[in-house]
Amino acid sequence: MTTLTQTRPRASRAGGARLDPFRATTFTKAMLGLAIFLSIFPIYWMIIIATRSNEDAHSMPPPFLPGGNLGENIQAVFDAENAHFMTGIINSIIIASTVTIGIVLISTLAGFAFASLNFRGRNLLLLSVVLTMMVPLQQMGIVPLYQMMVTLGWTNTLKAVILPFLVNGFGVFLMTQYTRQAVPRELVEAARVDGANTLRIWWNVAVPAVRPGMAVLAIQTFMLIWNEFLWPLIILTPDNPTVQVALRALNDRYSTNYVLIFAGTTISIVPLLLVFVLFGRQIIGGLMEGAVKE
Amino acid sequence: MSLDVDAGHRTRTLPSNQRRHARPPGPRRLLSWLDLRAAPYFFVSPYFVLFAIFGIFPLIFTLWVSLHDWQLAGDKTFIGLENYTELLADDKFWNSVVNTVGIFVIATVPQLVLALLLASALNKRLRGRLVLRLSVLAPLITSVVAVAVVFTQLYGRDYGLVNWLLGLFGVEPIHWQNAAWTSWIAIATMVDWRWTGYNAIIYLAAMQTIPKDLYEAAAIDGASPRRQFWGITVPLLKPTIIFTVIVSTIGGFTLFAEPVMFGSGLMTGGTTGQFQTVAMFIVKEGFRDFQYGYAAAAAWILFLLILISALINFALVRGIGRSR
Repeated sequence: MTTLTQTRPRASRAGGARLDPFRATTFTKAMLGLAIFLSIFPIYWMIIIATRSNEDAHSMPPPFLPGGNLGENIQAVFDAENAHFMTGIINSIIIASTVTIGIVLISTLAGFAFASLNFRGRNLLLLSVVLTMMVPLQQMGIVPLYQMMVTLGWTNTLKAVILPFLVNGFGVFLMTQYTRQAVPRELVEAARVDGANTLRIWWNVAVPAVRPGMAVLAIQTFMLIWNEFLWPLIILTPDNPTVQVALRALNDRYSTNYVLIFAGTTISIVPLLLVFVLFGRQIIGGLMEGAVKE
Repeated sequence: MSLDVDAGHRTRTLPSNQRRHARPPGPRRLLSWLDLRAAPYFFVSPYFVLFAIFGIFPLIFTLWVSLHDWQLAGDKTFIGLENYTELLADDKFWNSVVNTVGIFVIATVPQLVLALLLASALNKRLRGRLVLRLSVLAPLITSVVAVAVVFTQLYGRDYGLVNWLLGLFGVEPIHWQNAAWTSWIAIATMVDWRWTGYNAIIYLAAMQTIPKDLYEAAAIDGASPRRQFWGITVPLLKPTIIFTVIVSTIGGFTLFAEPVMFGSGLMTGGTTGQFQTVAMFIVKEGFRDFQYGYAAAAAWILFLLILISALINFALVRGIGRSR
């Protein structure tokens, strides 16, 4: 904000208001308004339908204002036979939290080594991380992954969902970049001269400095894993789903009962909505910082 | 997207410290020598161990499986490249490839152009910038499944909002699932709705690194904002655009949840497979018909397709600013 406002008088003096590239015209504002309306409307409308009755949802034109059936509809979602919505939510919370903690830990460790330590093969290993970020491992290896879980007898267990998700080259790359910028080499060397071993340096020097980066990675990972669909769909049975798989079951079995389905989708976004409202600034900041570094 | 893999410029200052430890005389020194030499590998090992087991191994094993007639209960016979030749002659497979590419193109091109324009608008002097940015990013919090459910509803034939809106202009209700192109449009809008804001934020970040003087100088020379956008912003954004194109390519070619949910949760993608994507084809062959070998071969061809199309897109985008 400050940099933009500073340039304002100079720019307008230089080119006149008409050519000032950072002036928001009425047209720009109108287009922006439309874009924001289109972004928000489907979410708004989903919540509206979730508060209505089925007759309302089938009326033409459809309702645009909330009704009074939200509690009833939510109750119906949890009571819905064969959907196992409650199990889905609990499973998703366990899976998303475990994967988030795992990825943040793994990435912070590896990122510190890549950014602050010297070892043979470092650049080659880091390059391999970057290259494999481009490979859709989960989709590519899905057949053998499934067979592996069958052989281990892990089908329909949460660990079968969790373990493959822990492989996340993006996290390692992000934390490497972050550590490089946040942990000065001199600090690491000074700690070593003071007699600290590597683990100690990591814990006492690196981790405190990269905590903001860890937070960004954690938020992004949680959102990503909460929304995963394909792998849980294949490896879990319908009576032990994640929230996304439960949504599919709800959609399958009650395909004409819109309010029920929309109540389900509304419940499914509540955790992410909370994350979004609480950490919105960090999400934007993290995204934008990451974009520039790449 | 210059991947700064080599941080060598900083490392070169300190190896003298390491060389001193090269011949450890006492046990204490030995420990610290070990710490210096071995610790880095311990730090990176969790990632690489998991990567080897759940990343590389399945990938290579997919190749192995794809060379077999591999059925459900582990019944397998080696058949060489037969799965691949059969696949390349399989109309259903090519149908899924055409669908995937079609949806990818009609989703990605408008999406990235809109994201650029949106980013440029967000880069203006505006009040409440955080709220604006969060609003365009809001679709990201809804899961793919929720998006697909809501949009399938919006595109419903009888009670859908889209048909209602079109009806105000006298358009007859469209059965969006029925024809290939209508289903592609419906699916593409789901993808676009979710990702346009995200890409706009990425572009916005890159736009803010462009020095303001460039625009001021252009303004003095009398360049209109539109000319400044195409002459300064877009060329300087090229690395970021390439990055988003590659990410979109991977996402587009592995498109799965949206078309599945749009087709009532089935892997067939409509009555004649008019919106079955390659990812759906793989899951259908592998986990509904239990033709593991066939599905594995399809997975490898998908990977090759991604590589080829990422390279093509890379070349295309790199050429953009040159002609201008």
